[in-house]
Parts: sequence; structure tokens; C-alpha cells
Amino acid sequence: MSVDKDIVKRVARLARIAVSDEEAEALKGELNTILGFVEQLNEVDVTGVEPMTSVVAVEMKKRTDVVTERDQAAKIVANAPVREEHFFVVPKVVE
Amino acid sequence: MSDLTTLTIAEIRDGLAAGRFSALELTQAYLAAMEAARELNAYVVETPDKALGMAAESDARIARGEARSLEGVPLGIKDLFCTEGVHAQAASRILDGFKPVYESTVTGNLWADGAVMLGKLNMDEFAMGSSNETSCYGPVVNPWRSAGSNAPMVPGGSSGGSATAVAARLCAGATGTDTGGSIRQPAAFTGTVGIKPTYGRCSRWGIIAFASSLDQAGPLSRTVRDAAIMLKSMASVDPKDTTSVDQPVPDYEASVGQSVKGLRIGVPREYRIDGMPPEIEALWERGKAWLADAGAEMVDISLPHTKYALPAYYIVAPAEASSNLARYDGVRYGLRVPGDDIVSMYENTRAAGFGKEVKRRVMIGTYVLSAGYYDAYYLRAQKVRALIKRDFETVFADGVDAILTPATPSAAFGVAEKAVASPIEMYLNDIFTVTVNMAGLPGIAVPAGLDDKGLPLALQLIGRPFDEEMLFRTGQVIEDAAGYFVPERWW
Repeated sequence: MSVDKDIVKRVARLARIAVSDEEAEALKGELNTILGFVEQLNEVDVTGVEPMTSVVAVEMKKRTDVVTERDQAAKIVANAPVREEHFFVVPKVVE
Repeated sequence: MSDLTTLTIAEIRDGLAAGRFSALELTQAYLAAMEAARELNAYVVETPDKALGMAAESDARIARGEARSLEGVPLGIKDLFCTEGVHAQAASRILDGFKPVYESTVTGNLWADGAVMLGKLNMDEFAMGSSNETSCYGPVVNPWRSAGSNAPMVPGGSSGGSATAVAARLCAGATGTDTGGSIRQPAAFTGTVGIKPTYGRCSRWGIIAFASSLDQAGPLSRTVRDAAIMLKSMASVDPKDTTSVDQPVPDYEASVGQSVKGLRIGVPREYRIDGMPPEIEALWERGKAWLADAGAEMVDISLPHTKYALPAYYIVAPAEASSNLARYDGVRYGLRVPGDDIVSMYENTRAAGFGKEVKRRVMIGTYVLSAGYYDAYYLRAQKVRALIKRDFETVFADGVDAILTPATPSAAFGVAEKAVASPIEMYLNDIFTVTVNMAGLPGIAVPAGLDDKGLPLALQLIGRPFDEEMLFRTGQVIEDAAGYFVPERWW
């Protein structure tokens, strides 16, 4: 499978990365090189193989459903580039 | 007192206990060494005030007879670890100005054992790279140079700052992380020891995520024993990381120096790749001879799916990265670049904040996970991964105790030397290390010699899940036979 410039632009849009036409052209070549490289996986017979999910057989850990840390709002917003009190500020999304 | 920086962690422990020097003197010696070595670009932030405060606390502890296992040991921390109130940016512009409000479990364990933080270490951006050239802070320079040349060499990556700092005596040991070889490859390029423990041995909590099913923290150090001492502290069972495995942490140091007599060491024929430099072949042969001389038995083994590890990795890792890096949206932390609406704000922020290699991998990851492609790429890669793991399980079930391979296909290369190469050429650096991440196994790189240009080369030992002790045991045999490798100071 190979990608053309339109697909690169569409993927960039999905990945939320702005790319110029020039960048899309360069990325097209790089992505096709990588996709060509991974194509050799098609040689492998994976019939009946379960995908790997963990290194050693472990049961999913579950913790008790209780609040363990409270009153963290100031810390949570401490690194926000734009904030007001305990809110993250974003451009208007709803008219 | 600058010779204090030549001491290993084990020697520091003894010297502090005997009162031969203070933790403060030791930390001051390192801070002076760091200041004199800024052209290596190993540290992105130095934390002298914090270091001196922690060292003073260590001296007080020692005076009270309450020294802990890493009391007063000055360490460097990879920029990928969250350190409370101290810069943590994964060497990326997108985390511009980020100061975590909490401490990673691994670094928290080190401080609880008395270690002293010297600063944060340079790395490839988001740990994506094998040469430390993708950092937003610029490349790290390897303290090693080719004989007769002044050309700067890369220290490998992504834990390149960690490797350079340990090799150049800018810290007694350093933390690293390894997703496809990011501890072992830079260790190999700098003549230092690096171990990637079994997936689940060190908590990932507070480590900025790259590929969650592969990422593991581990130490870089000057000796096998020091790596054992550091890993004992870094490893823990952590309820904050659901993939942290519920197994007690053994006393790794106790396995250093144990006999290897009668052990069976697997030598995988698939690692003899086409075009492998004769020096690497010779190094591998020497490693086999050293272990055989110490009483181990060499066993020819086959790991048939080896060649598929790297291509499978370049699906799994970017897929997980594209998901993990979705959080950098200019809202909660780091950089924000305005746009006409919220989507263009996201797009502009990520375009300005991520470097080229990170964008490339996020794009690949987004593509292979996009509608209609999941089964063809990610699911198939995870199945291939199961086969790679099965290869290892088969040889371990046949009674192989550890596996010996070269750590890298070459010695360090020059800064910018691979800039025009295709991305794949850079990826091939990890050809011997990436299988270990794919199978989740522990692997250690131990310095084993110099090439004809005087650059370090290393051997890798791979163990059973949670058998890091076997790696320290066999690794020590390599170290005893090969000796230590220290770069000549030119900086």
C-alpha cells in the first residue's frame, strides 16, 4: 500500500498537524519508504496466532472505586498555557 | 577533589560510609565537572541548588547512622521523567515550560533511597531516535572520538544525554528509558552499562509515554554492579501502573560475581546479519570465548522471526505514539499556537511543537490505525510480536539460561552523518535490541571492546522474563574479561 499527497493531507488532518504542500510532498516519500519496509510482515503466516497483549500472563489490576486525591484543581491547571481560575481556556467551540 | 567523579556507585557507598569524603564534596565535584562539560550538551537543565540541598541531607543522614542504599549518590535524570517542580519536556518544544506537579515513581524511589539529583538529561524528542539528534536542544556529543579525529560523534539514543553523562563522569549513574533499544544502544556507543528490565519491572507512572506496551525505565552506569544497585532502587510494584507486575524486587547485587559454570548460553544464528562488520563478528566470538572460559556452555539456537521484529516495531510503536501524543493539544500544558478556531489551534500547536521525526511517526501511527487499516497493520504486527515472543519461549523452555548477541551493528557514527539517509537506515541501529522490547524481555548491554578507530563496542545478554539476576551474573563475566573503557578527556 502506498500513500499519495491527498492521503498525507488527510492523515495530517486526522493527526491534527498542520502541514504545508511542500511538507506533504516530503512526508509522502518518507511514509512510503516506511510502509514499504513494513510490508515484509505480509510474508508471515499468522493464521491462528493470538495478538500479543502482555509479556507475562497477568490479570488486569483493579483498584477500589474511591476518591484518593481531592482538591487538586490548582495543580491540574498549573501548567495550562491559558487558564482562568480552575478552568482551561480554549477558543470558542459553540456559538 | 575532582577525582571523586571517577568513583563507581559501589565505591561511593564505601567511601561515604568510611567518611573519606562527604556527600556535599562529591556533589560539588560533579557540579564542577558538569560546568566544564557543557559543550557535550548532556544536561538540558542543571539543578545545583536541589543537588546541594539533597547532598547536605545525605550527610546529615550518614552522621546519624541512617544512610539509605543510594545515600549521597549523584544521578542524572532523563528529561522523560516527571520531576516535581523541575523541568520535564521530553526534549520537545511542545512541552515548553512544563514543570510537573508530581514525581515519577522511578525517580521517587531513587530519592527515597537517598540519591541526589544533578539535573535533567538530553534525549531524542519523545525518545524517538537512535542518535540523540532529534532533541529540541540539539545533539548530544559523545565523549568518545575516533582516533586522530576531532569530529563529533553521536552518543546513540534516545538516552544519549544519559550515556554521555555517565561516560564523561558527569553523574555517577543515570536513568534511561528503552522502547526499542534506547538504553542499550547508547550504552554500547559510550562504553557504559545499560539494562532494560522486563516490561512491568519498573513503574511507568510519571514517565512521559512514547509506546506504552514497549516503554521501560532502566539505569545506565559504569559497571554491572552499579546497574544492579540502581535497578534495585528503581524497580518496584506500583499500584499507579496497572502493567507493573506484582513480583518482589530481588537483591540484584547479590547475583554479581556468581559463577556461570554450567549455564547454557544461546547464540542465535539469525543475528549473524548480512554485511555485519568483521569487528562485530570478532567481538561476538570473544564474548562466547569469555563465557565458555568461565564454564558456560554455548548453544546454537534459532529465533526464526527475528527479521520481522523491526518492521513490526515500526507499526506498534508509532501507532501507540500517535495515541499517546494526542494529549499535546495546547490546552493543558506546554506550547500553544493560536489559530482561527480550536482545530487550527490544535494543528498549529502540534505543527510548531513537534519535530520532524515525531511528526513522521505520529503520521505513520495515525495512518496504520485509521479506518480500515487496523487489522492489516496493528493487529498483524501484534500477532507477529506473539511469534517473536514464542521464539524466545521455545529456546528458554529448551534450557537456555541467557542469550548472547552483539548490542549494535556498528560503533558510534558522526553527528549529522546519517542526516541524508532514509529513516530506515537510522532505524536499523536497533536491529539487535528491538526484539527484546517486542518480547518484553530483559536485556543488558555490557562494554566489550573498542573498534579499530578506538570507539566502544558492546555485547548484549537477553534473559527470561524477570530474570535480570541472570543478566547481572553473566554480564559481570564480560566485564571481568573485557575491562573498563574510559574516554580520554578533551572537553
